[in-house]
Amino acid sequence: MLVKAAKSGDATAFEELVNRYERKIFRLTMNITRNREDAEDAMQDAFMKAYSHLNTFQEDSRFYTWLVRIAANEALMRLRKRRPNQISLDEPVEGEDDLMPREIRDWGPSPEQRFAQSEMHAILDQVIDQLDADFRTVFVLRDIEELSTEETAAVLGISVPAVKSRLLRARLKLRQKLDRYMRDRQPN
Amino acid sequence: MNCNRLILEISNYIDGDLDAAMKLEIEQHLQHCGECKLVINQTKLTVEIFCDSQHVELPQDVRARLHETLQRKIRNPQS
Repeated sequence: MLVKAAKSGDATAFEELVNRYERKIFRLTMNITRNREDAEDAMQDAFMKAYSHLNTFQEDSRFYTWLVRIAANEALMRLRKRRPNQISLDEPVEGEDDLMPREIRDWGPSPEQRFAQSEMHAILDQVIDQLDADFRTVFVLRDIEELSTEETAAVLGISVPAVKSRLLRARLKLRQKLDRYMRDRQPN
Repeated sequence: MNCNRLILEISNYIDGDLDAAMKLEIEQHLQHCGECKLVINQTKLTVEIFCDSQHVELPQDVRARLHETLQRKIRNPQS
């Protein structure tokens, strides 16, 4: 097993782990920081920290989840530095107001059928860029990286109810932002 | 169950993270509320679209620098 071999000092095995996960970790750090330079630095530092602290990895959990925790923390550190007011460590104070979407209507053909792939990518990029970092980070960890609610809470240092609340808001806000594109481009 | 109450449970409903009584309440509401049904379906679709679009390529130069740094670290673990 690669992780076991890497833990016992086999550098080639660790390199193999890097080859296996480098794309996914870069995707994660890009999604959190939304900045290529920060994403690269966060990814590099995450792998170097993982290499240095491999002996602390408990093999009863998934290696990838452990790596995601390290990389997410590296990415968040850079995000906080670059945009100190955009991400909070505090519990969110969120009312129940303004969640109910207005003027709900059928989207018709799915966005993927309606937009060319490149156009769709550009739209999704804009939409996720507009999302507050607090919400985006929870969405990335829960929905894209498929961490559990508890794992996400541990990575971010917030409570399980706070993760659930931010995920709900992230999903609704993304739907709402995508809805604008769907309205602008109704089929003839 | 009304629309404002349902909206707070959409995420849990999508994730199947609700007790049976709450799930039943939501499904009863959905039988007569087309708007909530649309919001749930569009929210699910939004999540799917984002997850499906996540094929980020690792640029060659970024990958090369990562592996150079890794080689240095392997040669000198204290760095």
